[in-house]
Amino acid sequence: MTGNIAILGYGLSAIGPGVGIGLIFAAYINGVARQPEARGMLQSIAILGFALAEALAIFGLVLAFVFK
Amino acid sequence: MSLNVLVSLATADGGGYQTPTSGEFYQPLWFDGPLAITRPAVVLMLSVGLIAWWLLATTRKAAIVPSKTQWITEGAYGFIRNGVGRDIIGSKDFLRFVPLLFTLFSLILVNNLFGVIPPIQYPTMSRIGIPIALTLVVYVTYHYIGMKRVGVGQYFKNLVPAGLPGWIVPMIFVLEVITFFITRPLTLALRLFGNMFAGHLLLLLFITGGQYMIINGGIGLKVAGVGSYAMAFVLTIFEILIEFLQAYIFVLLTATYIAGSLADEH
Repeated sequence: MTGNIAILGYGLSAIGPGVGIGLIFAAYINGVARQPEARGMLQSIAILGFALAEALAIFGLVLAFVFK
Repeated sequence: MSLNVLVSLATADGGGYQTPTSGEFYQPLWFDGPLAITRPAVVLMLSVGLIAWWLLATTRKAAIVPSKTQWITEGAYGFIRNGVGRDIIGSKDFLRFVPLLFTLFSLILVNNLFGVIPPIQYPTMSRIGIPIALTLVVYVTYHYIGMKRVGVGQYFKNLVPAGLPGWIVPMIFVLEVITFFITRPLTLALRLFGNMFAGHLLLLLFITGGQYMIINGGIGLKVAGVGSYAMAFVLTIFEILIEFLQAYIFVLLTATYIAGSLADEH
């Protein structure tokens, strides 16, 4: 079997952000379900958290292409 | 982009399937080397012209009862002005940053959407240089307004939250400097680049792979090729969502960083 082991690194780096983004949106859905009028405020916070958690996976993706 | 690959795949029959690589994104149109006029450069200029024309055309005859096009422009502007600028930066200072935020939003959104609009189909932001240029503007802006407001020395002092025990301050200071000067611009540029790059590569893989399977495969692979095309369709819809989201996130983070520089303490 041949291939690039850096891609495995990307797979590993996607685990953490995957779990993190799941937790963020779970909390967001919970919050909106309990208090629907807070939706607008929670939305920008949830997307901000999503963007920050996603950064690690993006690092992994870029490094998978950099270290060929 | 997919067009070139389709053509090259159709001509190179029997050579086995070549998975698309990051090299597909470098497409010089005229000249070569560092001064080459590449496809993203042309798309970027096209987008600037398009945005300028659209904004002028829809707001020149602004009416109290807006037309449909004016309504779209006003909706986008109001979304950035109120939903991002006023809510994040605060009602005192936000107005002077709205032009920056709206420019970034419209430029990124149009360029991202070009990634799926058929005759163009090239997300400009999948070339790392362009997100870096946008990030540089944001980077200089939020450091400049922060340093101008309190002075350079105080700006660095403000990086560390007040009330910490003395022995921990140097460590926190190093961490905060890394966050402010390295991590923030790096993630801002890489997030936009990575999403556009990965999304487009994914579309490319499913479309060229589906085409290869339909042309060169047996009956089973032909069915799988149709499935691959269906997947590409679903992913295109998903990609449009991501494109809106990334433009919004970029502007949201810009506003957050500016608000951090304007806030009284860390």
